[in-house]
Amino acid sequence: MSSMFFQCLQAMLMLLMAPVLAGFLSTLKARLQNRHGAGILQPWRDIRKLFGKEVVLAEHASWIFRFTPYIVFTATAMAASVVPALLLDTPLSLTADVIALVALLGLARFFLALAGMDIGTAFGGMGASREMTFAALAEPAMLMSVFVLAIGAHSTNLTTMISHTLTTPLLIQPSIAFALVAMLMVAIAEAGRIPIDNPTTHLELTMIHEAMLLEYSGRHLALMEWASMVKLLLFSTLIIDLFIPWGISVESSFIGVLLAFVIWLLKLIVLLVALAVLETSLAKLRLFEVPQYLGTAFVLAFLGLILHYMLEVGA
Amino acid sequence: MSSMMAQQIIDGLAALTLLISFALLAQHRMLSVLHWFAAQGLLLAITAAVVAYSSGEHELYISAIMTLLLKGLLLPWMLWRVIRELHVHREVEPLLNSGVTMVIAVAVTLFSFHVIQPIQVTADLVTHNSMAIATACVLLSMLMMITRKKAITQVIGFLAVENSLFFAAIGATNGMPLVVEIGIAFDVLIAALIFGLFFFQIRDTFDSMEIDTMNASLVHKDDDE
Amino acid sequence: MMQSLALSVALLACGSVIMAAIVAPMLQHQQNIQRALLCGLLGLTGLLACAAGFSGLMNDGGNIILPLGLPWLPMHLRVDMLGAFFLLVIGVLVFPVAIYSYGYLKHEQRLTPLAIFLPLFVLGMMGVVLADDAFSFMIFWELMSVSSYFLVTHEHQYIENRKAGFIYLLMAHMAGLLIMGSFATIYASTGSFEFAAMRDAEIAPLWASVAFLLAGFGFGTKAGVVPMHGWLPDAHPVAPSNVSALMSGIMLKVAIFGFIRITWDLMGSGDFQWWWGALVLAAGSSSAISGVLMALQQHDLKRLLAYHSIENIGIILIALGLAMLLAEAEYPTLAALGLIAALYHTINHALFKGLLFMGAGAVLHSTGSRNMEAMGGLIHRMPWTAALFLVACISISALPPFNGFVSEWLIFQTALMAPQLDGTLLTAMVPFSAAMLALAGALAATCFVKVFGVVFLGHARSACAAEAKEVDVWMKLGMAIPALCCLLLGVLPALFIPLLDRVPYTLLGTSLLSTLASGSGSAGQTSTALSWLWLTPIGAAHASYSAPIILLGMLVLGGLVFWWLHPKGIVIRRSKMWSCGNPHTHARMQYNATSFSQPLRRIFWDVYQPEEHEHAERRQHKLLTTRVRYVVHVSDMAVKHLYQPIGRFTLWIAKALRHEHQRDIHAYLAYTFATILFLLAAFT
Repeated sequence: MSSMFFQCLQAMLMLLMAPVLAGFLSTLKARLQNRHGAGILQPWRDIRKLFGKEVVLAEHASWIFRFTPYIVFTATAMAASVVPALLLDTPLSLTADVIALVALLGLARFFLALAGMDIGTAFGGMGASREMTFAALAEPAMLMSVFVLAIGAHSTNLTTMISHTLTTPLLIQPSIAFALVAMLMVAIAEAGRIPIDNPTTHLELTMIHEAMLLEYSGRHLALMEWASMVKLLLFSTLIIDLFIPWGISVESSFIGVLLAFVIWLLKLIVLLVALAVLETSLAKLRLFEVPQYLGTAFVLAFLGLILHYMLEVGA
Repeated sequence: MSSMMAQQIIDGLAALTLLISFALLAQHRMLSVLHWFAAQGLLLAITAAVVAYSSGEHELYISAIMTLLLKGLLLPWMLWRVIRELHVHREVEPLLNSGVTMVIAVAVTLFSFHVIQPIQVTADLVTHNSMAIATACVLLSMLMMITRKKAITQVIGFLAVENSLFFAAIGATNGMPLVVEIGIAFDVLIAALIFGLFFFQIRDTFDSMEIDTMNASLVHKDDDE
Repeated sequence: MMQSLALSVALLACGSVIMAAIVAPMLQHQQNIQRALLCGLLGLTGLLACAAGFSGLMNDGGNIILPLGLPWLPMHLRVDMLGAFFLLVIGVLVFPVAIYSYGYLKHEQRLTPLAIFLPLFVLGMMGVVLADDAFSFMIFWELMSVSSYFLVTHEHQYIENRKAGFIYLLMAHMAGLLIMGSFATIYASTGSFEFAAMRDAEIAPLWASVAFLLAGFGFGTKAGVVPMHGWLPDAHPVAPSNVSALMSGIMLKVAIFGFIRITWDLMGSGDFQWWWGALVLAAGSSSAISGVLMALQQHDLKRLLAYHSIENIGIILIALGLAMLLAEAEYPTLAALGLIAALYHTINHALFKGLLFMGAGAVLHSTGSRNMEAMGGLIHRMPWTAALFLVACISISALPPFNGFVSEWLIFQTALMAPQLDGTLLTAMVPFSAAMLALAGALAATCFVKVFGVVFLGHARSACAAEAKEVDVWMKLGMAIPALCCLLLGVLPALFIPLLDRVPYTLLGTSLLSTLASGSGSAGQTSTALSWLWLTPIGAAHASYSAPIILLGMLVLGGLVFWWLHPKGIVIRRSKMWSCGNPHTHARMQYNATSFSQPLRRIFWDVYQPEEHEHAERRQHKLLTTRVRYVVHVSDMAVKHLYQPIGRFTLWIAKALRHEHQRDIHAYLAYTFATILFLLAAFT
């Protein structure tokens, strides 16, 4: 039963930590750019404020537009609670493997894009078109890089994949390095960060994700923003799980989980610092250079796969 | 260093070499191509050193140092000067678009693995895996020469072919001194030849034309090649 | 001869559909009764076929020899596991389509041709599935092809329909010829047309390959595998929508059935050669990708759906190709998994594509247009159709918790669990095809966001869309049944897979669950009381997916969030849309189908090679643009670079031979004489 408790704890933690880490990231970026920044808790304040605000719907918004925030938030939260962050073997982690996880995020994106088209503004359609196009290119690259690990572990279950990484002796595996680079590239694209998309922009012609949210207000907007923060945390945790899982708690003991929490937080901070430095030093890519970027990620992941067969299995 | 460890490191280096070959193929900016080329030289030197250490062949250290000086530093520096003087920082539109090139590149890699795999199994050197990768790199570098218009990228492609051959030599023979020595000598020879041609052409055009026209004419000549 | 429940019910279904074909045309003058009778009998046929399929899968099937056909070759019919499964596929779509047709055909003037050919079409498909000798197989196959030709050209007053029908007939006959060739090849080594004898016979590897290639190209043409798909995107849109639903939903599957029948059943997995699976895998990958890429650039709703059929046939072939590779490499359990994935996707595609075509038919019915650029905002005027169409969109995009995801998940598992095969090319092909599957799935999602967004969401783009009405209760009911099935198959796959598992048992001698049950370790989990919750094809440690828990979790979590956030008793304020503060919005400023797919058109420019024309009218100065017109045309590369050259070549030969036809009588006599001489020389 204690694993059930830790499962709930972990899911809550993922949801509650997401805005804090988003705040941490934006503060870090602000500091790097010689600004003071609004503080780590600012996203939480925003969400709280938005929850209290009135919702205004466009006149002919359909039920799709109204229910999409709930679907997007629920699907993302469901995906987040499946990923093992602290405890290796949680009850929910078996309900969806990596492929189902990607598909859950796909479901969220599907509805998000539909909501973008529901009002019938040019911006919404533009955002939907771009988001779906780039997601379609990113998804194979992401699955390919996951496959490199899945084929090694003979499993797509995150728990099994992590324990496979934990139990095999530490070797230099070029294939995994390739998969990691591909995964990082895709994660940046999927989470809508610079250089693919800029979450803080409101310049119409450059935005992708934000263009679909333009018509949202109040609690709907809060849920959408929260979901995208959870998504960032989810991808970070996924990268940690797949590539640097050492430190995750194998048994459901209180001390072990606490220790795992500290280590997880440290790893997250390292990833976010890297992301902040990257976002500060890079400019946004031109829109039609994004396919090339994602294609590179795909080629890298595929090379990783070939190398896995060549160097690690075939030898 | 155990042979297992050496094997691991060489496999990793081989993978990186393959990555650099792909990067060379994907780049459009002249300077990035040059950076990757320099990185390839550096990587070769490290590989030679590692093989030298693990196999105890001390002659290989010499070739490692030579590689580092020649391919890691000297050649990139000379090419950099050529690029700077000719003001060709950007590759014009390549003959094939990058997506198609990448698909062909992946196919070529698969093909070379397919061809080399039966040979690999019989080899029992620490470097036996690198044979397939070296072959792939040779083919990829040739692909780079085919798909580019500018003469300089073609030269870099040619030098990359030579680098890959060097890598193959280390892999196949565990650094047989004679082969390596000849390889390096051949390398220098080719480099000297190419640069001779280059400077000849530059001097030739300098005498007769203005700077602007010279650029235009050079670009024009490059396209003809 | 062995009678059984399944076979009797199947024969009853055939009887009912024959009755429909005979009685319904006679009632020409009482249209209402004719329609009721036709749809009633078709619905009954569907139910009976379902029942026969179920009982065939649960118990053993049977066989019967009917004294029909050639004197020395009576008609052999048989229900085996494979046939029973495809009977189920047929029944599960014929039933709702029959209900739907009752509403859809209400205003149809010329009902009698439909009343003849629709039952014959269904009869042909069932006959192919039931046939147990090559002769009756071909009879039913041709019945299916010819009757569907008349259905395609039902509205023959339009020239494009006649043209599409002609191409369809031509290619269907070419396919028939190839299939006949395949049977002939097998016959040459067995000496019998009966399937039972063909199963037992040994075929030399060379002839087996010939038979495989003939069957592959024949059935591939009928199934719409790239590049033999030329007829499909023309024929599907012009047929009445209920017929398109059947053609796309089942007829293509019958071609898949034929392929499985010949390669897996008659020749057997022992005869497989390594390149067969590789070829099928390559054909599947290329069909999946090119189908979805072409679909993205369509703005005719039904044509778009037709291209998606090509994509989904490709996905089925990917699974089949994986299964063939694995069967050849002697991994029967994994081969069984691949086969199950292929069959699962078959029934899934039948359901959601049938539903999509019915939805497209409903839209066509109430707006009178297939052009997506003229639609918009239909969700407000046709809420039921929109909701049901959305279910199909989510299913085909392979998103949980609906059924499309389950089958694609199974295919991914097959590809990932595949061990290293012989040779680098094969080894790399397996994950590469998985990546192509991922790309196809993600592009399909993009495409269906476009379809649903442009057709049902936003503002109406034309008067016909603004005045659309919701369809009647029969059509809604006809669409609701497959939608429900999509959800059930998506949420409870663990209940359905044991049923499917019997098919590989008869074809491979191995079933998935039996190997798992006899295996040790974690596989034991599947046999616990909660097994319906978990989909664990190879054991929970390798991969598991629990749609019920995910669905329940999402419902509970979503419900809680909604309950917690939603203020009670306050009506949400409605206002003009914001649109970044831009007050001048117009329905034509929305993204439409062409603009939605513009990024992909640009990314895959080399694949599409679109013909773009931009025309701007300017007054006085080049900056003062008054009107811009943008026309883009994306033509099918296969048609442009394969069909048209072949057509031109044929014409060229015909022209070259033309003057041979304009001789006097002596020349013709000489031709006859030469032919007789040749035949005598050849056969003595």
